[in-house]
Amino acid sequence: MEKKLYTVTVYSENQVGLLNQVTIVFTRRQVNIESLTVSRSAIPGVHKFTITAETDEDTISKIVRQIERRIDILKAFYYTDEEIIFQEVALYKVSTETLLENNDVETMVRKYNARILEVTREYSVIEQSGHTEEIEALHADLKPSGILQFVRSGRIAITKSTEERVSAFLEEVESRRRSLCSE
Amino acid sequence: MISGAEALMRCFKEEKVDTIFGYPGGFIIPAFDALYSYQDDFKFILTRHEQGAVHAAQGYARVSGKPGLVMVTSGPAATNIVTGAADAMMDSTPLVIITGQSTVAQLGSDSFQETDVIGITQPVTKWSYQVRRAEDIPWAVARAFYIARVGRPGPVVLDISKDAQVQMLDFHYKACDFIRSYQAYPTPSESALQEAAALINAAQRPLAVVGQGVQLGRAIPELYAFLEKADIPAASTLMGLSIMAEDYPLNMGMVGMHGNVAPNRQTNACDVLIAIGMRFSDRVTGDIKSYAPQAKIIHLDIDPSEINKNVKVDVAIVADVKESLPALTQLIQPAKHTAWIESFAPYRQQEYEEVIRKDLYPEQEALTMAEVLKSLSDQAGEHANLVADVGQNQMVSARYFSASPKRQFIASGGLGTMGFGFPAAIGAALGDPQAETYVVCGDGGIQMTIQELGTILQYQMPVKLIILNNSYLGMVRQWQELFWQERYSSTPMINPDFVKIAQAYGIASTCVEKREDLQQAIADMIAHQGPYVLEVKVEQNGLVYPMIPAGSPISNIMMGKNK
Repeated sequence: MEKKLYTVTVYSENQVGLLNQVTIVFTRRQVNIESLTVSRSAIPGVHKFTITAETDEDTISKIVRQIERRIDILKAFYYTDEEIIFQEVALYKVSTETLLENNDVETMVRKYNARILEVTREYSVIEQSGHTEEIEALHADLKPSGILQFVRSGRIAITKSTEERVSAFLEEVESRRRSLCSE
Repeated sequence: MISGAEALMRCFKEEKVDTIFGYPGGFIIPAFDALYSYQDDFKFILTRHEQGAVHAAQGYARVSGKPGLVMVTSGPAATNIVTGAADAMMDSTPLVIITGQSTVAQLGSDSFQETDVIGITQPVTKWSYQVRRAEDIPWAVARAFYIARVGRPGPVVLDISKDAQVQMLDFHYKACDFIRSYQAYPTPSESALQEAAALINAAQRPLAVVGQGVQLGRAIPELYAFLEKADIPAASTLMGLSIMAEDYPLNMGMVGMHGNVAPNRQTNACDVLIAIGMRFSDRVTGDIKSYAPQAKIIHLDIDPSEINKNVKVDVAIVADVKESLPALTQLIQPAKHTAWIESFAPYRQQEYEEVIRKDLYPEQEALTMAEVLKSLSDQAGEHANLVADVGQNQMVSARYFSASPKRQFIASGGLGTMGFGFPAAIGAALGDPQAETYVVCGDGGIQMTIQELGTILQYQMPVKLIILNNSYLGMVRQWQELFWQERYSSTPMINPDFVKIAQAYGIASTCVEKREDLQQAIADMIAHQGPYVLEVKVEQNGLVYPMIPAGSPISNIMMGKNK
């Protein structure tokens, strides 16, 4: 089966120890997590994990179902890049001296839609957001001038649908709860 | 206000607990202190090792259908419950396991008998949760019993810190009946039911494969109604052996590595395979690529993560079989598949000629395991449960003990835990006190949990233990003989005198090794009131056939050594 990069989004209750439960499913299936971000979602009390991993569709679909099987997981989905809007953030620390000496920096900052966050006598910090390839390109361009420190975030992603995909699920669950109460 | 420990006991009463298995220790002393005042409410079984407590709770749960409850301390006790939890997870057995834990202030400091119980147990439990405050005990216990019991059952661990046991709380109990993030009983899809019915109605050669899910879903009558309406022959997995009696006309036997020839062969001849409450274990399918490639496959299971996990299916009905089977029965047409059902018979005859006859009427002097199991099966009462350990003894028990809903076959299926049998029989005897309880172990497996002789001594339990002693780890020896050039690496065993061991515990016991003594020895064991140990010396180089070698196509059935 063809391998590609999948983005998995996991919606969970806000319980301790869930990260471990999510990651061990990947470990058991011998799939490396490329990046992982955890944040709140648009729904109060619901947390969202965004995970990227390179594997085939058969494997990622099994991983998603096995994650969903955990009690405190609400719902999990997987996407290919075409189905989502996604972004990463990178920070570069370069020496201010080389920055000043290098005439191309302004071109680079403009070209990559980056911005300069801080300038001190010793160093400057450049921030860039974009896709992995764009970040790798700026990294390659800056490298000859010397990068003192570099850090890149995990991918964050939202779907092309209008609301959180978990909302329909939550509505369905709520009606189930109400029917339980009325019994 | 009551203490957290007393609240725990009150929660158990709310959940209608009658039996607790366990072992006390430092960080669970408060709970055991509270238990001291509740001795009239619960029967407490002090096993001789925490692993024994969990397996006993599993045996209890398997025969009673109720969650088995275990209460042990922290640290080494908590790590000792891991094997049983993993076993219960694989075999979908409802358990609630309470472990003590150090004080909250000491957590993470490597304090005495502290271990990361949640971290260790999360991968092998349905839910694992640490309780740090007394006020959370009622909520956590209610949730634990609910999760263990509903949907696909499984083990739950509650790790309760010492502070939570000693702090005071206002006790209010509310049983759990809803968890937003967990849909225990998915609704069967109407279109999937229609598609499945269409496949079944068009089938010429349908075959049902029935697993433990039917028993867990209490859907045995619903299964019979389904099979009988369309005259569908059915095979069972190892875990589903208790669902259909041997003489049930549509029962075609057991599938899998040491299963019957007929259903294994016909799996690759049927046109529609209906898998009901089973999970396509590799012990059932052999090589996946050559498993029923000709058949349309319908899968009924309650756990969505089982669908397409091992075998790609054509139609999936994700629901409790108690609900999906009657719905499907409504949609199917009455049918007759007489010729197809009769086509199983020649294979059955072949198996009898080539395997069963040799097993039951051997020419050699030494007893076979099959002779013992057949005699036990013939002499045991109509309400008698058989627990098997793991290995050759288990496969021979599955093959020669005639199981049914009133004569349950209980064994560690998925995890294959040696040492499971004996303590599980203790729990089974408590969970189904009206039944006779037998347990069959090899000389290897019994020694993994032999300390539980102390438990049946203390409580004078009528557990009848049969040790099939071949002085080998027989199943590994079998693989070594067949696939590893007879290099018997670490499988011969020098054993103690099991009769003397039983005597030391004050337990009646006998050893037989002659054919003419076997029937009487088994009759004596059955007639004996109270615990009993029967050691049977059996042939050392016995082999269990038929056998489908691991990972090979299910059509590759070995019937004997020279085949």
